[in-house]
Amino acid sequence: MAADPFRVMVRKEIADHVRSWRFIILVILIAMTCLGSLYTAVGQMAKATKADDPEGAFFFLKLFTLTDGSLPSFTVFISFLGPLLGISLGFDAINSEQNRGTLSRLMAQPIPRDYVINAKFTAALIVIAVMLFALGFLVMGLGLIRVGVLPTAEEFMRVICFLLVSVCYVAFWLNLSIFFSIRFRQPATSALASMAAWLFFTVFYQLIVNVIARVAAPSATSNPLQILKYEAFVANLLRLVPSQLFSEATTTLLMPSVRSLGPLSIEQVYGSIPAPLPLDQSLLIVWPQLTGLIAATVVCFALSYASFMRREVRSR
Amino acid sequence: MIEISALTKRYGNYTAVDNLNLSIARGEIFGLLGPNGAGKSTTILMMLGLTEPTSGSVTVCGIDATRNPIEVKRKVGYLPEDVGFYEDLTGLENLLYTAQLNGMTMKAAEDRARHLLARVGLAGEADKKAGKYSRGMRQRLGLADVLIKSPEVIILDEPTLGIDPQGVREFLTLIAKLSHDEGLTVLLSSHHLHQIQEVCDRVGLFVKGKLLAVGTIGQLSQELFSNEPFLIEAGIDNSSEVLKEKLAGIPGVLSVVPELGVWRIGCSRNAAPDIARTVVESGATLNFLKQNQYGLDDIYYHYFEKNGTALSAAS
Repeated sequence: MAADPFRVMVRKEIADHVRSWRFIILVILIAMTCLGSLYTAVGQMAKATKADDPEGAFFFLKLFTLTDGSLPSFTVFISFLGPLLGISLGFDAINSEQNRGTLSRLMAQPIPRDYVINAKFTAALIVIAVMLFALGFLVMGLGLIRVGVLPTAEEFMRVICFLLVSVCYVAFWLNLSIFFSIRFRQPATSALASMAAWLFFTVFYQLIVNVIARVAAPSATSNPLQILKYEAFVANLLRLVPSQLFSEATTTLLMPSVRSLGPLSIEQVYGSIPAPLPLDQSLLIVWPQLTGLIAATVVCFALSYASFMRREVRSR
Repeated sequence: MIEISALTKRYGNYTAVDNLNLSIARGEIFGLLGPNGAGKSTTILMMLGLTEPTSGSVTVCGIDATRNPIEVKRKVGYLPEDVGFYEDLTGLENLLYTAQLNGMTMKAAEDRARHLLARVGLAGEADKKAGKYSRGMRQRLGLADVLIKSPEVIILDEPTLGIDPQGVREFLTLIAKLSHDEGLTVLLSSHHLHQIQEVCDRVGLFVKGKLLAVGTIGQLSQELFSNEPFLIEAGIDNSSEVLKEKLAGIPGVLSVVPELGVWRIGCSRNAAPDIARTVVESGATLNFLKQNQYGLDDIYYHYFEKNGTALSAAS
């Protein structure tokens, strides 16, 4: 029984990724930082638990969010290094095949053209998912040994959701870099373009939004409704960036006491018991963020797909 | 085997292939000749359905290449110009990958890959990384890669580019042998005329997107040099005007060009006996006498002389 060509391609791509130095280096980097953040989180555990803490029941989730200030927490590391992982797996997906002269040979085989790009995407996604889940479970396992507290079923589900969101987030950067690898002939150019996009979104975009916010700020004496509108406007501007969507989604998922991502009025809070939300309610809060993240990923993939399918493949 | 009719490809205002009609029979080795940028590669891409023609149609093995490229690619092996391999994989692994993409089982693929590697003379290098292969070895691995799917037609785009003369010779002999043994139809493109004239059954001259002439080399030379079908080369040390006039006086001799040591004499009949007698009687030394067929080089340049001006006048 012969294997399906698509599976053969995915298998080869995964093998290529796993054997490449670049991936090994990134795995080491990410694993070390994550273990470092776990170490600081464990050290902070005792101080962080208070008797009246509404999140007291979610002791285990603190492994992912706690920090003593010397090292960022696990979630922050993922939001920072995740894009790097995605970019490094995708930036030379198509153009290196073209430059090595293997793309036209591949195209001469009896496979549909979109297999090439689909296989590249699927393989990288599998690698990312396996890696993030392995890392997440590693942190959980080490936490179990160090702290000795068992996670509840809900905590476990929240961690799974968090890891799924992380995979989506890294997939966005993967697709963006695959798109650049189709547009630009030189791998260096596409790597730089992806890095530029990443830097822009993580550093400069916030600065620009700050400038806009300052210009558009209403006076302190203006109508509360106006101030509310202004706050929403700034928050929405920030949400155009995938990293913002990711951090909002992860905060809500890993901190069950977060009830809203926007301002709450006194009337809304009045009479509410400071208790954690159940998982489905937390998911409901971050649903728009999740949708936005997945939509951005799909848009990038669609762009790459369209430009790849229309392209005429010549030898190098 | 390959039927091309009224095929045209335009990129914007530029016409890469202009109203091409061609048909290639089963088991034939056909050479597509032309200078760089003549539209050879574009034509090949259209045969494989890798790019869409602006108008016209290509049928390979009875299958429309534009509508059903995947079926065509099952039957056609294509060796692109300057082929590349995955450098981290060995030669054998590269072949196995291609074989699996063609739906072969691992077992069958390995048997066939080993057989083909031996056939192209790479049996000893099978487990070497493809990145360490030389240009000539890569080209031979490319040939094995093309053959692994047991194609009916193989298309080779500039297969002799960048290989040393000895390598070219071996490579072309290999192609001719394979074609003969397995009844393959071969289409190869090149701008090196004399290299492929030994192996091709028929050639097509391709210039600026137009097919100027098709036929065997003999036919082409007859068509072109109908007034001077015989070219006789004589090795004469002497270069006197008297001898030249005497030779020109022989019935059937149309032109005499004395070059250093070798005289080129164009005739309408085989006048070699008369030429030999005349040279010897004149007292000059006759080193050798050779009847030449016009080569592709002559045909090619002749066409350029004739059509280069016509084409530039038209455009």
